[in-house]
Amino acid sequence: MISFELDEEHAALRDSVRQFARDVVAPVAFEHYEQHSFPYEVIRQMGKMGLFGLPFPEEYGGMGGDYFALCIALEELARVDSSVAITLEAAISLGAMPVYRFGTPEQKATWLPRLTSGEALAGFGLTEPGFGSDAGGTQTRALLDGDEWVINGSKAFITNSGTDITAFVTVTARTGTRPDGTPELSTIIVPNGTPGFTVAPGYSKVGWCASDTHELHFDDVRVPAANLLGERGRGFAQFLRILDEGRIAIAALATGLAQGCVDESIAYAHQRHAFGQPIGNFQAIQFKIADMEARAHTARLAYYDAAARMLAGTDFKRQAAIAKLHASEIAVTNAREATQVHGGYGFMNETPVARFWRDAKILEIGEGTSEVQRMIIARDLGV
Amino acid sequence: MNIVVLVKQVPDSGSERGLSADDKTVDRGSANNVINEMDEYAIEEALKIQEAHGGEVTVLTVGPQQAAESIRKALSMGPDKAMHVVDDALHGSCALATSKVLAAAIGRLSPDLVISGAESTDGRVQVIPHMIAERLGIAALTGARKLVVDGATLTVERQTDEGYEVVTAATPAVVSVWDTINEPRYPSFKGIMAAKKKPVETLSLADLGIAADEVGLSGASSAVVEAGKRPPRQGGTKVTDEGDGGVKLVEFLASEKFV
Ligand SMILES: Cc1cc2nc3c(=O)[nH]c(=O)nc-3n(C[C@H](O)[C@H](O)[C@H](O)COP(=O)(O)OP(=O)(O)OC[C@H]3O[C@@H](n4cnc5c(N)ncnc54)[C@H](O)[C@@H]3O)c2cc1C
Repeated sequence: MISFELDEEHAALRDSVRQFARDVVAPVAFEHYEQHSFPYEVIRQMGKMGLFGLPFPEEYGGMGGDYFALCIALEELARVDSSVAITLEAAISLGAMPVYRFGTPEQKATWLPRLTSGEALAGFGLTEPGFGSDAGGTQTRALLDGDEWVINGSKAFITNSGTDITAFVTVTARTGTRPDGTPELSTIIVPNGTPGFTVAPGYSKVGWCASDTHELHFDDVRVPAANLLGERGRGFAQFLRILDEGRIAIAALATGLAQGCVDESIAYAHQRHAFGQPIGNFQAIQFKIADMEARAHTARLAYYDAAARMLAGTDFKRQAAIAKLHASEIAVTNAREATQVHGGYGFMNETPVARFWRDAKILEIGEGTSEVQRMIIARDLGV
Repeated sequence: MNIVVLVKQVPDSGSERGLSADDKTVDRGSANNVINEMDEYAIEEALKIQEAHGGEVTVLTVGPQQAAESIRKALSMGPDKAMHVVDDALHGSCALATSKVLAAAIGRLSPDLVISGAESTDGRVQVIPHMIAERLGIAALTGARKLVVDGATLTVERQTDEGYEVVTAATPAVVSVWDTINEPRYPSFKGIMAAKKKPVETLSLADLGIAADEVGLSGASSAVVEAGKRPPRQGGTKVTDEGDGGVKLVEFLASEKFV
């Protein structure tokens, strides 16, 4: 009745990205991480092989694939490096997807070809210094003055918002008050370089060190009224949709990290000797690796299921939350266990699992914390 | 400019490989089979020439049924179509016989240019491009690290142990390439989807007018009599520095022809 076997095209895509990750991403991952530098050359090559266009139709320069194709690619990238994986995830599901889903024909024609080719990146500014999980509390304001929006406020932790190739950030802002007194939220495209829009220097982060994250400030920033994305007042519904989908992508990324922990641990178990034999001979190590594999496998099944529901057009909110919750938590566990398998070397930054360990934690926080996922699941269950 | 790219399926050089116990041919059954690495560079070079000069790129493979997978992967990089010569009688063919089959297939396609990898990672004989050129009576520009197409003139930088030679020839010609020539592209999802719909013509030996006994193990010009595992690595040479360490190192490197 059901099969989780990949069809021929998705399997071929997985192989293609796997080879790319091994040949192009892995060799430079540590260096960029150490230097907190953005891997422009890797991103350029990802663009060349069409990764930024994966789930978009060809008329916008896309690859004509689907959201599942994106997930497969994210899993393979995160198996060797989460920084480039989150750059791709955010570029598509937070950067280009809002324009594709809610944009006017003009907005799509203007922005999508550059985004789907990877030539340009876009950010999605929802979180604020004072509002994250309760993003509906957004304080950033946008007032219509003639045919321009005037924006004031700040956004925090915005991915891909300050690279040399960032074209714009889509920000959520209060554009008024509803009759019931709650704020009216809308999303507006703000091109980088617009006067009054400043991008703060990058954060010093625990992980995802080669990804681009900034605080953003808007001080009487003026953009044309036509930069409103979709309908006025639909901001809240829009970002809920974007986050629901994004969770499946984050689950795929987390699964990749968890699988990378298995890959590295197997290799090390063969290679490292203690007490005159490979450490893989010890049942304690074997069981750790078996448990890691079991966790990665179940996380994969969870995100496959959520993606299948989304593509079938059925409700996927709960399954996406489950996949994100489970995959991110097992990623943290696998990273901790893989580090343990590597002993002291696991605590050295140049060992890939050390990077995985540092990268895993954010997965339980970004695009909805684990607590928020549990709230979504519980609410969906009617409790 | 119409181009034929030779693509061979080989066991992955990154994993355990062996010869089958009975007839000592390459064991393809238990191996992870992939496109011969150097052939990906040949495909890339063909696609770059096509992008600049137009024409069609055809992938040509002589190999068992399972090589169809590699053909599909090659097509996902961008070539227009493929020809696959598959025949049970081909099993165990030597380089001479393989070149005969390839030349016959190329003859049917009559391209302006044939591009191949400089060697395959299983056989490593490096003679196929020369043999094909000889059989077709056209020029062979082998071991290229650079290829320039100017009208009907091909100019190649031919990589040698000492440096490189610049050689030219008129089309039609055979060019074999090393992995220094370009960076092969990775198949995109669009390319993968498009490859499913590209035509692959399948031919038998009979279609090419070649008799079964001219090829295969029985018709082979050479035979593998015995094969064994590579002996374990020897102890190596230890250089103790007594003020002349540098000289000794260079002497060693020179004796091994590294410098
Ligand atoms: C590297 C990085 C990249 C990011 N990229 C982006 C981006 O591109 N765009 C963007 O908009 N945002 C981005 N974020 C922000 C991210 O989505 C938020 O950090 C996240 O949603 C959590 O919000 P917060 O940090 O304000 O935590 P808070 O909401 O302040 O939460 C603090 C703690 O309280 C818990 N909590 C909050 N409310 C409840 C409740 N009702 N019940 C139980 N527990 C609760 C939380 O689960 C958490 O444990 C990024 C963050 C990071 C670190």
